[in-house]
Amino acid sequence: MDRSVTGRKAFSLPESDVPFQEMPDRAQMRDDLELPEVSQLEVIRYFSILSQRNFSIDTNFYPLGSCTMKYNPKINDELSNIPGLADLHPLQPQDTAQGAIRLLKELQDDLGEITGLPAVSLAPLAGAQGEYAGLLIARAYHEARNDTQRTVAIIPDSAHGTNPASATMAGLDVVTVGSDPNGNVDVSNLRELSDSRTAVFMLTIPSTLGLFEPNILEITEIIHNAGGLVYADGANLNALLGIVKLGDLGVDICHSNLHKTFSTPHGGGGPGSGPVMVSDVLAKFLPDPVAEKRDGRYILANPEQSIGSINGFHGSFSIAVRAYAYIKALGLEGLQSVSKNAIINANYVQTNLRDKYNLPVDRYCMHETVLSASRQKDRGIAGLDIAKRLLDFGIHAPTMYFPMIVDEALMIEPTESESKETLDHFIAVMKQIDDETVNNAELVSDAPHDLPVTRLDEASAARKPILRWSPVDLDDQ
Amino acid sequence: MQLHTNRLWGNDLFIMSVPSNTTINHPYIPSTDFEREEMLRVIGVDSFDDLLTDIPLAHRYPRMDLTSGLSEQELASEIGSFAGENASPSSGYVSFLGAGAYRHYIPSVVRSILQRGEFVTGYTPYQPEAAQGTLQVGFEFQTIICQLTGMEVANAGMYDGPTAFAEACLMAARVTRRNKVALLSDVDNRLLDVLISYVKYQDIEVIKITPDTRVIPDDLACIGIQSPNFFGEIQDVERLTNLAHENGALSVVHVNPTSLGLFKPPGEFGVDIVTADGQPLGVPMAFGGPYVGLFACKKAQIRQMPGRIIGLTKDTQGRAGYALTLQTREQHIRRERATSNICTSTQLIALMVTAYVATLGKQGLKEVAELCYQKAHYAAAEIAKIEGYSVRTSGTFFHEFVVTCPTNPSAINAELLKQKIIGGLDISHRSHNGMLVCFTEINSKKDIDRFVELLSQYGEVH
Repeated sequence: MDRSVTGRKAFSLPESDVPFQEMPDRAQMRDDLELPEVSQLEVIRYFSILSQRNFSIDTNFYPLGSCTMKYNPKINDELSNIPGLADLHPLQPQDTAQGAIRLLKELQDDLGEITGLPAVSLAPLAGAQGEYAGLLIARAYHEARNDTQRTVAIIPDSAHGTNPASATMAGLDVVTVGSDPNGNVDVSNLRELSDSRTAVFMLTIPSTLGLFEPNILEITEIIHNAGGLVYADGANLNALLGIVKLGDLGVDICHSNLHKTFSTPHGGGGPGSGPVMVSDVLAKFLPDPVAEKRDGRYILANPEQSIGSINGFHGSFSIAVRAYAYIKALGLEGLQSVSKNAIINANYVQTNLRDKYNLPVDRYCMHETVLSASRQKDRGIAGLDIAKRLLDFGIHAPTMYFPMIVDEALMIEPTESESKETLDHFIAVMKQIDDETVNNAELVSDAPHDLPVTRLDEASAARKPILRWSPVDLDDQ
Repeated sequence: MQLHTNRLWGNDLFIMSVPSNTTINHPYIPSTDFEREEMLRVIGVDSFDDLLTDIPLAHRYPRMDLTSGLSEQELASEIGSFAGENASPSSGYVSFLGAGAYRHYIPSVVRSILQRGEFVTGYTPYQPEAAQGTLQVGFEFQTIICQLTGMEVANAGMYDGPTAFAEACLMAARVTRRNKVALLSDVDNRLLDVLISYVKYQDIEVIKITPDTRVIPDDLACIGIQSPNFFGEIQDVERLTNLAHENGALSVVHVNPTSLGLFKPPGEFGVDIVTADGQPLGVPMAFGGPYVGLFACKKAQIRQMPGRIIGLTKDTQGRAGYALTLQTREQHIRRERATSNICTSTQLIALMVTAYVATLGKQGLKEVAELCYQKAHYAAAEIAKIEGYSVRTSGTFFHEFVVTCPTNPSAINAELLKQKIIGGLDISHRSHNGMLVCFTEINSKKDIDRFVELLSQYGEVH
């Protein structure tokens, strides 16, 4: 905006073709609107240069645990933007949007088939909204049975932060269940905590440690015997495609992040999409709307005892188009191959790095592995430093300090998209950085060196927040 | 780069020999059988299934009823056929639907910027050194939202308009420590519905008040106002805001962002929280999403604001740089005590909005708003002349207005559809024989005149 020159413009609009209509009273009109005044080339150049100050999947490897940074196929973006899909109005008559609703219905069916939870709503706009919808469904189920004292959500200590935040929004009291030394849910602790107040148990599966819960059948039985429901956070569904269905394990509700497992772009932080899948018993509580086929016609219907609307229209339609395209491009064998390769890649990295980095739970992992930089920390180099040093090699940092139950956690998820050469390069770099923590520690602790900026002063950013452009602040810099 | 004879790469683009014992790979998955076996050997297992021992045996490899994978060509054809089953402007239909989603021209510049994979496929900027592009766009976005709304601070984006509005009401409850929210009776029902879903278990009561109310309860957290309201009318935001403040409540105003190219921004009236759906600012309607929620408030209340916020700071060498800030409000730090469970800024759509506003600029946004105003008022004047029809919306309106039809609007719409016109929204449940019609710069005089002519014909039949 500091590039503005009065009178410059980047776009021209047509002249009005209707007879002039009296404008409103001046008192209602705004005096000035401070917005950019730049030429078209300046706009393009500005954003193009900014884009080059980013890491992205198209340019960098992202071993970012729990985020499933896989390849985002270009055809999916292209198809989501075609006329006939991108220019549909959400409220146009359903008879004029049969293709769109059919696509939603088929995606629902595929997600139901993949998870084993056949009733699906694509309404939630992100994973956190999918969680919230799922918890409202659990509450609605208990209330419909007059089982109203169930106000507790049991959540493992390894869970993602959205789980307890969503539970609070749903008016549930959060009770934390611990993990055992093998990284599994502490089953005896869970047994003690499950009672007539248990509304729902939220389990991320595979866990945020990248481990499949071996006691899953016992766990779902404990919760069901206590009268509660089992919610699976599908953040890590990329490990399970065609390998196991959550519904077969006793899970009642789950959500899936289409921007993870189903390859829709992360977009630098959204838009996501978090469809919610439930068992047939819970179908009537799904959020509005659900696509259905009735008498040969596709409709968007509101389930009879729906938890209601959780956003403006029908969810992220153009994200649904991308996910649908992804599932169709891979098909049954392809999806299974996705999970197999994701699991092999993660174990390959784990096996190659366990000599240099601590492996807190010594088991084969699923699609991601959690290492610890505790040994390097003893040498004065934190996990954060290692993460920043990776950036110098053009590799994005792993997920840091999460799950919180692991000291100096480095959560690594290579995904199926990466070749063995990329993994070998990453392994070599991680070993080199470990070596640097011994022989050249400053190189690591001062990293990154080769990016547009070095480490940022986040403390003063929070203490004295500058949250919008103004000439004074820039001069100040 | 080592060459792999069964993979297309560089010079061996034309070497297509695939060993007979090798599975042909999927284009999205690089590993070959040989490499998988090699990796399994390094891992130290005999077969892939040895990695799955934690999964109950009886449930492994379930039957799945899914089709086989399609080639890109087949996929494009299939999804193209879905698109072909829909009626849209691209298939020759003219639409006068608004009611929360608006068709505007999207400049090629915006579409071009949205093709950049560095923006599209980047992750949330938790590592700011590797995401300065995304962060600076977000900072520009916050600046633009502040300028448009006249507010002091804005966040980096919410899911959509209705969820931003619901979060604003929750924030008002936190700020005032009160638990009653009053919505004006003329807001879009979708704002009310989403709010009810959001406050269901928050011990917050939602009541309705009429726009002309002079007295409000003294225990309100906020008055929720939509301006223009659902029927297109600009509200007296100043009077309602003063009324809220006199009673210790906040004023939460949901706006149409395009209207702010022309009308006084809520910030000038002392409004506490402003929300909007960013869709009209360069975002395709896309059958309802994804859009982006806009959220702005006063600086004093920033620590109660939901969502991501980007701040300007310095790096260790004193250079300006951007980073996510005030993160202690958020779920990944504060967990069950967070201001919201939101974990996105709908960044890519915020980029669309930023690119759109930067492209239209100071003059362009004003011109778009003026064109919308001119076309809607022209249409209203013409429709008012037709026997049997009347324009119900009074006062100043923007984008849209309510037409009282001589009969049920859906019956008229059915006739219009035969002429490839998608008429206005049937709102007879809120206004007798009411049709909410919308006009933007997209609608030509020719299309408007034809619409008016057909309305006139279908009016006579009844």
